[in-house]
Amino acid sequence: MTHADPTFDTRAHYMALMARKRLYGGLVLAVFVALMASGFMLADERNAGGFWRGLPHVFDFPADVIADTAPKLDQLPGHLVTYFPALVETVNIAAVSTLIGAVLAMALSLLSTRGLARWPRLIPLFRRSMDIMRAVPEIVIALVLIFILGGGPVPAMIAIAFHTAGALGKLFSEVNENADLKPVEGLQSVGATWFQRMWLGVVPQVSPNYFSYALLRFEINIRASAILGFVGAGGIGYELKNAMSWGQGKFDEAAAIFILLFATIVVFDQLSSHIRNAMIAKKGSH
Amino acid sequence: MADAALYASADRLFARKRLISFGLPALVLVYLVYVFFAFDIPGLAERARMDNARALVSDAYSYKTHVTQDNRSGALTVAIEGERKGTYAPGTEPDWVTPDAAGTRVDLGEGHVVVFDPAGGFTYDVPGFGPIVAHMDGRTVTSNLPEALPDWISASRTRLQVQTEAGRVSLTRNKTELFRYFPGWELFFFTLDSPYHGHGLGEILLGDRLDASRSNIAGAWHDFWQNNMWRHADVAWALFETILMAFLGTFGAAIVALPLAFLSAKNFAPLVALRFGVRRVFDFLRGVDGLIWTIVLSRAFGPGPLTGSLAILLTDTGTFGKLFSEALENVDGKQIEGVSSTGARPLQSYRFGVIPQITPVLISQLFYYLESNTRSATIIGAITGGGIGLLLTQAMITQKDWEEVSYYIVLVVLMVMAMDSLSGWLRRKLISGS
Repeated sequence: MTHADPTFDTRAHYMALMARKRLYGGLVLAVFVALMASGFMLADERNAGGFWRGLPHVFDFPADVIADTAPKLDQLPGHLVTYFPALVETVNIAAVSTLIGAVLAMALSLLSTRGLARWPRLIPLFRRSMDIMRAVPEIVIALVLIFILGGGPVPAMIAIAFHTAGALGKLFSEVNENADLKPVEGLQSVGATWFQRMWLGVVPQVSPNYFSYALLRFEINIRASAILGFVGAGGIGYELKNAMSWGQGKFDEAAAIFILLFATIVVFDQLSSHIRNAMIAKKGSH
Repeated sequence: MADAALYASADRLFARKRLISFGLPALVLVYLVYVFFAFDIPGLAERARMDNARALVSDAYSYKTHVTQDNRSGALTVAIEGERKGTYAPGTEPDWVTPDAAGTRVDLGEGHVVVFDPAGGFTYDVPGFGPIVAHMDGRTVTSNLPEALPDWISASRTRLQVQTEAGRVSLTRNKTELFRYFPGWELFFFTLDSPYHGHGLGEILLGDRLDASRSNIAGAWHDFWQNNMWRHADVAWALFETILMAFLGTFGAAIVALPLAFLSAKNFAPLVALRFGVRRVFDFLRGVDGLIWTIVLSRAFGPGPLTGSLAILLTDTGTFGKLFSEALENVDGKQIEGVSSTGARPLQSYRFGVIPQITPVLISQLFYYLESNTRSATIIGAITGGGIGLLLTQAMITQKDWEEVSYYIVLVVLMVMAMDSLSGWLRRKLISGS
C-alpha cells in the first residue's frame, strides 16, 4: 500500500486526481456542448424555415387563433358542446386501451417473472416480446390498422393497448420480483392451480402498485390517443385536424378544441396524481 | 359481547371485500359493453377491408414482376412491381420470359405456361383445367371459356382476368398483362442497372471485378447505398434525423429546466409568488402537450427536424421542471451546510452541495426520456414532416409499397430498442461508474 510510504505525497496525489477528474468532466461537457450546438445547426439547416426567421412568428398562430375567436366569443360554449363527444371518444380510447393493455401486461409480466412463471423456459420469449411491443410506436400500428379497418377509434385503441401492454409489462414484472413468495407456496401446498396461485397469492400483494402505474399510463395514453386522432383515428385529434384545415379566419373551432384538450390533460393529470398521493399516504399510515 | 362486536366488524369487512371483488369487475364489464357499442365494434366486420389486409401481408413478404404487352404496338416490357426503376432492359429479361415476335412465352412454373398473342390475347395452359384461349375482337374479349366460370376467373365484355396460384393474367383492349409473384423484397441490394445485380456476396468480395472502372467493394457499396428503389442513404439519414430530434429535445429541455427547477423548489426559491409562477409555467408546458406544440411550431418554423426538436423541448421542459424540482426538494440540507461551512459562496455550495445529490436522479430521468422521445420523435415526424415518421407515412399513402412500410417498421423497432439499450448502458455507466 502506498499510504504507508512516508514519501508519498497525499496532497499532490489528491490534486492530480482532482485535476484529471476535472479534465474528464470538462471534456465530456465540451463534447456535449459541441454535439448540442452542431445538432441544432444541422436541424436548423434541414428545416424548411430557419430558426431565426421563424422565431418572430412563433406567436403568429396563437395570435390568429385568438383573433378569430375573440369576435365570436359567444359561439365558443357552443363549440365546446359540439366537440365534447369527440373528447369523450378520445378519453374512452385511452381508458379502454389502458384497461386491455394492463390486463395483457399482467399476464405477460407474471409469465416472465422468475419464480412465478408458468413455463420458466419461455421467460426469455415473453421478455423479448414485451421489449418489441414496447418499442413499436403507436402510430405504426394505428396507420396500418386504419388502412385495413378504416378510420375510427378501434385502430387507435388496438395500437395504444399493444404498446401499453409492453410498457406496463416491464414495470409490472419489476413489481412482481419484489412480491413475497410465501402465499404462493402456501397455495401450492393445498393444490392450487397456477392461475389460482397468481390471482390469490400474487395479485393482492402487487395490485396497488399495478394500479398506480396503470393510472400514470392512462395520463400518457390520453395524449397518445389525441395524437393518433390527428393521423386519422377518431376522437378530438381528428376534429382538430379538420378544424385546422379550414384555414385562417375559422380558427375559432380549433380554439375550442385546444381548450378542451388542455383542460382534459390538466384535469386527468391532477386527478391521477391526487389519487396516487392518497394511495401512498394510506399505505404509509398502516 | 366483545365477541359479537368482533364478528360484526369481520362481517362488515367481508361484505366490503365482496362488494369490491364483485362490484369492480362488474363496473369494468359495464364500461366495456358501453364502449363496445360506442366504438361500433359490431359494424367493424363490415367496414374492415380484408382485401387490403391480404394485399398488405402478401406485399410485405413477396413482390411481383409484371410482363406487359402493349396490344397496339406489340411492345413488351418486363418490370418488377411495374416500376420504371425496376424495368428489365430489352434482351436481359429473366429466363422464364421468352420474347418472340410470333408470341412471347412466359413460364409461370409448375406447368403453368402462358403464350401471348401479338395481336392482343393469350393462351394459358392451366394444369388440371385445360388451355384458356382468349383474344381481343375489336373492343370485346372472346374466349373458349364456358358460360359458368370458376371463381378464379372474372370476365366482362371488355376484360378477362385469370388468377391462379402461379400468377395473374389479364386482358383488355390496350394490353395483355401478367403478374408473377416471388417471395422476398425486390432489388433490396442492387437495382437492375447495377452490374452487381444477381451476384452473391462471396462473388462480390472475392471474385473478379464486375465493373472494370472500380473495385468491387467500393462499387457494390455505392450501388447499394444509392439504390434508388429503397434509398438506403435517405432512410439512414431519416433515422439519424429522428434520433437527433429526440437528443436535442431531451437535452435541450434539461438545460432549460434545471435553472427553472431551482426557482420552483420550496427550499431554494426565495419568493413564493415566483415559485407559484414558474410552477404554473411548467404545468402549462406539459398540459398543452406535444401535439399542440407541434402544430403551433410548424406554423412558425415549417416542417423539419428543428420543429420536432423544439416541440419535444417545450413539452419536456414542463415534465423535467416538475421532476427536477421534486428532486431538489428532497435534497439533504446537511451537505449544503457542510459545504457552506468551509466558506463556499452560494453558487459553489449549489455546485458541490446540491448538484452531486441530484445528478443520479437527473441522469436516470434524462435517459429514460431519451428512449421514450425517440418514439415520440417518430410520431411528431409523421405530423410535422421529418425523419423516419415522414418516410413511413409517405410509404403508407401510396398504399402499394407495403414492403417499404414493413422495412421501415422493422427499422423503427430496432432503432427504439437500440436507443433503449444505449440509454440503459449510459445510465448505468454514468451513475455507478467512475
